[in-house]
Amino acid sequence: MIEIDAVTKVYGEATVVDAVSMTVPSGTIAVIVGTSGSGKTTLMRTINRLVEPTSGAVRIDGEDNRALPAYELRRRIGYAIQGHGLFPHRTVAQNIGTVPSLLGWDEKRIARRVDDLLELFQLDPAAFRERMPHELSGGQQQRIGVARALAAEPNILLMDEPFGALDPIIRAKAQDDLLAIQARFGTTIVLVTHDMEEAIRLGHRIAVMDAGALLQYAEPADIIARPATAFVKELIGAPERPFRLLSLVRVGDLAEPGDAPGAPLDAGLSARDALAELLWSGRVAAPVARDGTIVGRVRRDALEQRAARPS
Amino acid sequence: MAQGISTAAAPARLALDKLGVLLAAIVATGALALPFATFRANRIVLGEPRGILDSLEPALAWTLLGLLAAAGLVALVRTPVRLRLAAGLLALVALLLAIGRAGTFLTPEGNGFARVSPGSGFWLLLFAFALMVTDALSRLALSPARRLAGLAATAAVLAAILVCGLWDDLSMLREYATRADAFWREARTHVVLAFGSLALATLTGVPIGIACTRSARLRGPVLNVLNIVQTIPSIALFGLLIAPMAWIAATIPGASAIGIAGIGAAPALVALYAYSLLPVVSNTVVGLDGVPRQTVDAARGMGMTGRQRLLRVELPLAFPVILTGIRIVLVQNIGLATIAALIGGGGFGVFVFQGIGQTAMDLVLLGAVPTVVLAVAAAIVLDALVEMSERPGVREARG
Repeated sequence: MIEIDAVTKVYGEATVVDAVSMTVPSGTIAVIVGTSGSGKTTLMRTINRLVEPTSGAVRIDGEDNRALPAYELRRRIGYAIQGHGLFPHRTVAQNIGTVPSLLGWDEKRIARRVDDLLELFQLDPAAFRERMPHELSGGQQQRIGVARALAAEPNILLMDEPFGALDPIIRAKAQDDLLAIQARFGTTIVLVTHDMEEAIRLGHRIAVMDAGALLQYAEPADIIARPATAFVKELIGAPERPFRLLSLVRVGDLAEPGDAPGAPLDAGLSARDALAELLWSGRVAAPVARDGTIVGRVRRDALEQRAARPS
Repeated sequence: MAQGISTAAAPARLALDKLGVLLAAIVATGALALPFATFRANRIVLGEPRGILDSLEPALAWTLLGLLAAAGLVALVRTPVRLRLAAGLLALVALLLAIGRAGTFLTPEGNGFARVSPGSGFWLLLFAFALMVTDALSRLALSPARRLAGLAATAAVLAAILVCGLWDDLSMLREYATRADAFWREARTHVVLAFGSLALATLTGVPIGIACTRSARLRGPVLNVLNIVQTIPSIALFGLLIAPMAWIAATIPGASAIGIAGIGAAPALVALYAYSLLPVVSNTVVGLDGVPRQTVDAARGMGMTGRQRLLRVELPLAFPVILTGIRIVLVQNIGLATIAALIGGGGFGVFVFQGIGQTAMDLVLLGAVPTVVLAVAAAIVLDALVEMSERPGVREARG
């Protein structure tokens, strides 16, 4: 659990972060959204003390994060940034092994961990271990960046616009990978982005920041249904609201008994994509399949009801 | 690419090489209009010019002229790069051998006073074919290792010519023969001055550069002071150091015992060191500044201490730029060290200034030619090292 307690950061005359308090429960993803200059990155960087707050405190599992020397604290917290920040003069294996070697793991253990992580990210260890970062594609570099952040098995992972430099298709894949890894290891993740779509897709909770202030910190459905300020509403984008709401639900959860004609929809599909599919194929209902078996159907008007503003 | 276009446009006609036209003109002038060698009855009288046909046995002279004409033609017309390289090298070797032969041919049997030296035509021809070879080499874009091998081969050829005594009848080597001991002593001094000041500048300049990147307050003043030092004319700096160094030698106990004095090698070393600092410090600063910000941020974020960050990330990434600074300093110092002779510091400059004093150009050359050879060799070696130390990908990440 990460507790940010009345953290303020002042640079000269400018208050970059203004008395922000928020708690990230263990094993959840908190996404901090805001425009550039909103203080979102600064706030995240107070967690691993890349920024020291002017006042306030950050506690990790109840312990003040100033209890340890900063470099020891940082070795316990995974850190991945936009454009990956890989060391260009080191191989993939050396990059991934950075924190374990700082922690003094023996070489065999590091090598094993590197191979495990490469496999986790669907990169063949034998082919990638000795490559240099510039020999990788952008998507591969980004995966190595996240693998490096996870190398020492941290409980907490901080990510600063980790998918910002990726094209939309690779980004969607990277986001899915992150969700799978988070579900598997139960890592607590704080992720910074300017993209509300990404925040809704990834976050268990979303923190919206503007001009250093935390405007709203709530679950995605709450933020969409009840934006705290006009700015939050604008960030969500009023015309997008019904679709964003739909994107939070899987079609499998909406399936009802019954039949429908046509090709089945996968239960893992978001309700938003399901609606799009029904509109496109001109159907009023479609069967829903989980692992190839039909489990029921979903109706277009049920989806439409789902998209309406919650009371 | 230019060659490709020419063959596509006019396959039947011979196209001219742009640089080749200039080279051919120089070769024609050097071979036909200017003296190949100069003959003097003794070392200080005015020389008599001798053309190629007067400098060598007729058979040899015509062979040389034929070779030069052929090589000039290869230069003039667009030809494959490897052919140009071979022709240029062949012409160079022929010139080097011929000038030695001319020395023997022109010196009367048993005459120890007569001096034969290369004439302006020889130097012009040497320049033209050296240009042809460097042009071909740069078009070939050789790997650093091959360039080093080429340098070693060149050194071997020159050493072989010297050891076999092919140039022994040339004026410059006549001057050498009478002062061989002094030559090697001054050579040692020259190398010690150039490399010693470089070593001092590297040992102190890199830490100063690191300090400048850590503290903005230090950076401005330090770089400004070093910039000003760099603008002081070298002769003036050598002279300016006489008084303070003499004062140090006189007042600080033990200073004169370790060789510090107003004149001599110590002030020369200090002056060279002062000139060396700016390139080393500023390249260290530029190199460290050029390390991508994200890379440094990632290093911090993963828990590297300041020292770990410097040694494992920043210095390795800045190394090629720092090495470039070291290259600048070494080449600069090999040249500047000649001036040390003015304040009794020794080095090849001794011969240059003696030669000027005696209006004996051969003696000037005895000091100047080794200096140039040393500087060129140092430049080639360090350029190769800089290129080898650059890692692909690092530069893109920086840009």
